[in-house]
Amino acid sequence: MSQAAVNVPSGAPADPRIDPAPGAADEAILAKLAAAVGEDAHRVVRFRDNLRILVAPGRLIEVLTALKEKAGCAFLAELGGTDYLQYPDPDRQGTGARFEVHYVLRDLETAGMVVVKAGVDDPDPVLPSAYSLWPGADWMEREVYDMFGIRFEGHPDLRRILMPEEFASFPLRKDYPLRGRGERHNFTKLTREES
Amino acid sequence: MAVNPRKAGSELIVTPGDEPEMPEGVFVSTMDSVFSWCRKHSLWPMPFATACCGIELMAVGASRFDIARFGAEVMRFSPRQCDLMIVAGRVAMKMMPVLQRIWLQMPEPKWCISMGACASTGGIFDTYAVVQGVDRFIPVDAYIPGCPPRPEQILRSLMDIQTKVQRRGTTFGNEGLPELRARERYVLARRDAPAGAGVADERGSEDRFGYRLPGGPARLGLEETR
Repeated sequence: MSQAAVNVPSGAPADPRIDPAPGAADEAILAKLAAAVGEDAHRVVRFRDNLRILVAPGRLIEVLTALKEKAGCAFLAELGGTDYLQYPDPDRQGTGARFEVHYVLRDLETAGMVVVKAGVDDPDPVLPSAYSLWPGADWMEREVYDMFGIRFEGHPDLRRILMPEEFASFPLRKDYPLRGRGERHNFTKLTREES
Repeated sequence: MAVNPRKAGSELIVTPGDEPEMPEGVFVSTMDSVFSWCRKHSLWPMPFATACCGIELMAVGASRFDIARFGAEVMRFSPRQCDLMIVAGRVAMKMMPVLQRIWLQMPEPKWCISMGACASTGGIFDTYAVVQGVDRFIPVDAYIPGCPPRPEQILRSLMDIQTKVQRRGTTFGNEGLPELRARERYVLARRDAPAGAGVADERGSEDRFGYRLPGGPARLGLEETR
């Protein structure tokens, strides 16, 4: 008996707030993707109603292009990064790399949704840019670069977007101290006499 | 003709040198004092409102609390027309140069209120991105505790500033208080010290909530160790 089922009285339906499995629209996207690029380009993980497609960085653009043009996922809903340094869960079904960048794609016709994940590792994490597929990835990739230091090759203007230009670290990395490395003390101090 | 009270019993009429005889309704003061007296009842605040404290600041300006009773209702959004900076809300690292620039644009004499926990100490935002108290980077005359402070506290601090203007204001400038000058000497002496040059651990390896901070202890600046 699974942990979720313990809390449910026998005969009662499961928690309606949690979809137990990906919907038919999501599976249809996956089938179209497999028809386009084959089965060996990606690995599929299903968690609750999420359908996750794990891809190697070398085939990322190929898979994203197929999803956009052949599988109907024309809309890039979200692009973000994660640092899994010292992640405590050994059962995590991921790429095994330290950083993962995820692309949430939606089919606006069928309301299907898939999550594409690409893992990159230290040192010098680099991924191909999705800017040529979705120009809206511009600022999202800049934010991932700003926070995690993952470079996106082919991005037209990869600068910091949130932190100041002269900031030298990538603050959402897990080995970065929460209180910083003295950056917040770097400004000129104005005294009463000078101002 | 007045009879000198100190020489009761004597009929001699004497006016002491330290109590000059004045016509009724006339008094003597210094020029600085008169300027300060005028100035303290017509402070023009610069509302540097970056967060929720700014909402309380608006309440102070509205009819229920009515900062106009203290002569400070003219909120100006140009620093060149202001003489009282009110820093209301947390100041991010990226915002600090903007705050300093606005402070420098205000004409002398000028005063500064650091309003609320975030502006005064960083508040709950003890992270790499938030300045831990604006007084590390600009001179501050009054601090208001609270998260956010009640409007009455803002009025109280305005009255404190008025007292300060009367005490230390001069015709052409704000001399500041002696205890602030000592701090400014400290700041000037350590201005070129590199960030992270602090020698003491601020709170040890564990933070105030009892668990280790992600990423380990931070390197702190000299100011942090005071």
